[in-house]
Amino acid sequence: MAITSIKNLKEFSTNNDRFEGAHTLCPGCAHSMIVRELMNCTDDNLVVSSNTGCLEVSTAVYPFTSWDTSWIHIGFENAATSVSAAQVMHKVRKKKGTLKDNDAPVKFVAFGGDGSTYDIGFQWLSGAFERQHDFTYICLDNENYANTGGQRSSATPIGATTSTSVAGTHSYGKKEKKKDIVSIMAAHGAPYVAQLSPNKWKMMAKGFQKALEAEGPCFINTVSPCCTEWKFEPKDTIAITDLAVDSLMFPMYEIIDGHELNILYRPKNILKVEDYLGAQGRYKHLFKPEYKHIIEKIQSDIDEDWARLQRREEARV
Amino acid sequence: MAVEFEVNEREVWDGNYAASQALRQADVDVVVAYPITPSTPIVENYGAYVGNGYIDGEFIMVESEHAAMSGCIGASAAGGRVSTATSSQGFALMVEVLYQASGMRLPIVLNVVNRALAAPLNVRGDHADMYLGRDSGWLQMSAFNAQEAYDLALCAFKIAENHSVRLPMMVHQDGFITSHTAQNVYPLSNEAAKKFVGVMNPVDDMLDFSRPVTYGAQTEEDWHFEHKAKQHKAIMDSASVIDSVFAEFKELTGREYNRVETYDMEDAEVCVIGLGSTVESARVAAKEMRKEGVKAGVVAMRVFRPFPYEEVREALKGCKSIAVTDRSSPGGAMGAFYNEVAAAMMTSQSRPLVTNYIYGLGGRDLSIENIKTIFREQQANADAGYITTDIQQFTNLRGPKLGFFKTERN
Repeated sequence: MAITSIKNLKEFSTNNDRFEGAHTLCPGCAHSMIVRELMNCTDDNLVVSSNTGCLEVSTAVYPFTSWDTSWIHIGFENAATSVSAAQVMHKVRKKKGTLKDNDAPVKFVAFGGDGSTYDIGFQWLSGAFERQHDFTYICLDNENYANTGGQRSSATPIGATTSTSVAGTHSYGKKEKKKDIVSIMAAHGAPYVAQLSPNKWKMMAKGFQKALEAEGPCFINTVSPCCTEWKFEPKDTIAITDLAVDSLMFPMYEIIDGHELNILYRPKNILKVEDYLGAQGRYKHLFKPEYKHIIEKIQSDIDEDWARLQRREEARV
Repeated sequence: MAVEFEVNEREVWDGNYAASQALRQADVDVVVAYPITPSTPIVENYGAYVGNGYIDGEFIMVESEHAAMSGCIGASAAGGRVSTATSSQGFALMVEVLYQASGMRLPIVLNVVNRALAAPLNVRGDHADMYLGRDSGWLQMSAFNAQEAYDLALCAFKIAENHSVRLPMMVHQDGFITSHTAQNVYPLSNEAAKKFVGVMNPVDDMLDFSRPVTYGAQTEEDWHFEHKAKQHKAIMDSASVIDSVFAEFKELTGREYNRVETYDMEDAEVCVIGLGSTVESARVAAKEMRKEGVKAGVVAMRVFRPFPYEEVREALKGCKSIAVTDRSSPGGAMGAFYNEVAAAMMTSQSRPLVTNYIYGLGGRDLSIENIKTIFREQQANADAGYITTDIQQFTNLRGPKLGFFKTERN
């Protein structure tokens, strides 16, 4: 495939730009950065699908569209299915010679938020991966149903307050740990699965390129800070992702063929999770004396998860 | 190149097999499907044609009917010919995405082998699934036997893909009675069928990158109404294309189809109107009633959407009393089909008596004798000049007679 060379951010950001800056995402939303990274990292034609969510409602409000490539949205749950069936149609039409340009390389990409990926669309996603379609699925993980007013999803971390896991005098917010979607998707035997963050933009672009290049279904979970629901200043989006990856709340790693785990980023100075939590309004209540033990639990979970990732990297299983 | 599948001038096919042969001859590019009784053989057979090289398409067996229709939408937007099949609960699971397919104006052909909706669970035929889809923006045709399931599936591609229509279309047949009963079927030759259906010419092709397209945009109060109105107009306007495709098919095969079919209606005073395999029973019953001196006729719905109000009114205008047969639980109202026919007759000069018979739920038989009783009741109504029974009655139900709504009389 035609890979775009990645030299510097200024050059990369203007390359082959097929996602228009005119959209209605919140100022400071990381979604558009991640989408543009994908759109700019290849010169191949793209068929993009989106599940219902912030990205979808903000980029295709009739009579406008932000997509300067083929784009389809059906419902909340089925972006993986629509784009993978389009990929099969491409295969058939290429064989029959009925395409407008039979030789042009095409890549198929689906975007979903964490609600549509971890929850309502999980069956469709899992089905498309089991069928081994050649496409890349990118989860824009902002850890809540931001499009509908910030309800908890199964990607919401323990201790976060959301509109349906409200912290108060009798609750510290969400009670359950975040679902480990990356392991679940790797367990499908996918050729390439990764967790990436937009602050490490070169690493993200390279990860996207690996996924687009690999034959078969690839999954990338991306950290997409939501200033509206995480409650931080729009200017701080990338600073928040710095804290997320340096505290190892979001470790960056890839899993190849379901078993070969490589850690992609090892912070020189691992930050305490308080630094990450304290930068966001959604965790503010955890700093009250009665909920301090939850911060300790989050820190011990992170430490255990990091140790486990390193063991898996070493063991290659 | 696909291996030639030989068909004889006369075959013995059931409705499912007939529909799957239409899919093969129409050279469907992609079938995305999930199996459900009694429609399963249609997609199984397509998969077997792919597996044996009889067709250059792809069969995607997905993990649910919702995904099946979602995949059909993605594949159809990618500019090729797409079809699938379903029944009952599977149809119900598809409903969300049926609206998306029609709203995006994608010419998908869905073979619906009608079956009851649970609870209680039931695999036999009634029309509950068909009526569930009546507001989904799809065109709907009804086949009464295996030959028609084949013929109408071929016609459906030609209608749906016509550039002035661009709407998805369902072809209905009755579960088991039609889908699993082997009958004589006279197929077209492969070449003739291919020529009749023609080449798919996509309108907004996602794989044409010289002209990027956005499918599934959002519209709120500023534009949604205009989109839905335009869609409704397209459905209403499809009638003329349906007529011309039927005319072309008649020229090719001699087999005539009309949006509203009429049997023995020239001088009929009483009539049964229905759809599906029941039509054939009603025709036999009407002939027997004529021997008893009752001027009985049958009207059948070939096309349910767009609903041919004017043609129904024209077909029924000479009747004094009409029995509208609904094979679906009405759920606290008159039957869905009754409401359509009654609305059509409300605007007629003659304002005949219109009664509603609920029958055959969950595959319960409707015998010739049952239909003759219905005709006799219509004759009694015609003689009296008013509806002598409850307006809505349940036919061939165990236990005491069940009926609802009395006519208003001075």
